[in-house]
Amino acid sequence: MQRMLTEIRIAGFGGQGVILAAAVIGKATAIFESGHATMTQSFGPEARGGSSSAQVILSSEPILYPYITRPDILVVMSQEAYTRFSPELKPGGILITEQELVRVDRFPAGVRAYGVPATRLAEELGRKVVLNIVMVGFYAAVTHLAAPDSLRKAVADSVPPAMQHLNLQAFDKGFAYGSELMIKLSEHDNDSVVATLEVG
Amino acid sequence: MHADPKGVLTGVHFLDGDHACCEGTLAAGARFAAGYPITPSTEVVERFAWRIPTVGGLFIQMEDELAASIAIQGAVWGGAKAFTVTSGPGFSLMMEHIGYAAMTETPCVFVNVQRGGPSTGLPTLPAQADMMQARWGSHGDYGIIALCPNSPQECFDLTIQAFNLAEEFRVPVMLMLDECVGHMTEKVVIPEADGINIVPRRFTHKSPEEFRLFEPQADGVPDMVKAGDGYRFHVTGLTHDERGYPNMTVDTQDRMVRRMQTKLAPLAGSRAFFEAEHLEGADVVVVSYGITSRVAQRAIELARQQGVRAGKFRLISAWPFPAAHIAELAARVKAFVVPELNLGQMVNEVERAAAGKAAVIPVTHAGGTVHNPETILKAIVEAAR
Repeated sequence: MQRMLTEIRIAGFGGQGVILAAAVIGKATAIFESGHATMTQSFGPEARGGSSSAQVILSSEPILYPYITRPDILVVMSQEAYTRFSPELKPGGILITEQELVRVDRFPAGVRAYGVPATRLAEELGRKVVLNIVMVGFYAAVTHLAAPDSLRKAVADSVPPAMQHLNLQAFDKGFAYGSELMIKLSEHDNDSVVATLEVG
Repeated sequence: MHADPKGVLTGVHFLDGDHACCEGTLAAGARFAAGYPITPSTEVVERFAWRIPTVGGLFIQMEDELAASIAIQGAVWGGAKAFTVTSGPGFSLMMEHIGYAAMTETPCVFVNVQRGGPSTGLPTLPAQADMMQARWGSHGDYGIIALCPNSPQECFDLTIQAFNLAEEFRVPVMLMLDECVGHMTEKVVIPEADGINIVPRRFTHKSPEEFRLFEPQADGVPDMVKAGDGYRFHVTGLTHDERGYPNMTVDTQDRMVRRMQTKLAPLAGSRAFFEAEHLEGADVVVVSYGITSRVAQRAIELARQQGVRAGKFRLISAWPFPAAHIAELAARVKAFVVPELNLGQMVNEVERAAAGKAAVIPVTHAGGTVHNPETILKAIVEAAR
């Protein structure tokens, strides 16, 4: 039987909510859809700060090997994370960046890249802290790996009740930005990189 | 007996192994925990400390692991179900009191989320190198039970099992996680309380006049009492007779110490916990446990795709070791392949049980990550030749 397996890495600074973003993506598939998901995190010995990275594997079958080997999707929210992890991205994979924090210079051939000003969009909602959920909304629009509704439920299920409304707004904002971008790209039949990333 | 609904977080969750283990302790009825924080195990008691006020119970962060490992035993004799949580260096410090729990037949659970060692080693990375320490780390002859979950779901399920076995056999039970399983997040289904089977403490029905604290019942295990119920009792790490009083004769030593091992015999034979697949007609059997069993499963699948008759024997209870099952298999397979995240520990048990009837091939790894499935595959393919 053919296994459908998607490997995802999410990385950024400590404090950006990298782990929560990964948990939402895993939870959407494992709990709100019928798939399997395994999330692992890279722990350094330091208590806080520095870099943060999480791995999620989504699969139609039970997941055996717990770590990613080469990610199909890389979501980065810092330049350091981009520099460190972009070389491992699978050819034909998807790169998602916080476009005002990450300057994209090179990545493996055949990679599609999409950028979102997640921090700025989060600030428009009044709270920079939800930038990770803006990223998840954007991810939902550009990857179609889980139904947007499943990811939305996973967002609501992963934050305290008082923060639900704000986080769902953040998700919707990222999703809307991503959806518009995808429409624009299809209209222009464009290479995603040129259309979305200010390279230079 | 069913679980107390107060401790059961019924539902479908996305939890890491440490948190799932914590929910297992609460579902099992543990209402006391003592610990000293250490990566990668702290999350178990961190969650317990957060959850226990609403369930009703107590968590104490002790001054060190020695204190934690004996505080739980005081709680048990006071009537509670209790556990502690640690990793390598802390596990080393707990060894004396693991022996005390074995000698005093105190039912309790020690969770060890294994990391790379020796000494401080790799605090944030996995290993399975405490397997022999779990069995033999304290001095003297004794027996323990050790269970090895390979997923967050099993961290929940086997934690309940660990408490149940501790009560049934009156032994300390080692729950041998590893950093990978402990920090891995997956779906965990927690059933309704009435779907969870709990073994209650075996309290005596005898009167205080008739009761003797270490008098074995038909299964070789003595019944218990708790402090405050009107029974005078004495608990000591000295060699003691059935009444619990020190009696340092050769006869008593032989009788008591032998029983501590023989009472666990069913778990090595008819009641061994393991998971087997494709053993019929197998040429090679992969013996593994914990996180390595998942990686090994991948290797077994790849080997079978190549036409190699590879079977799986996953140890769920590493101790007591299911020697009779391995011996039976040894008579009809070519080889055992034993991958583990250490330089060769449980493989020695496989070798001992196989007694030369089948080849035994270790696939060692010093820890820090898991095996590459290809490495295990290569060993399987070579063993099948």
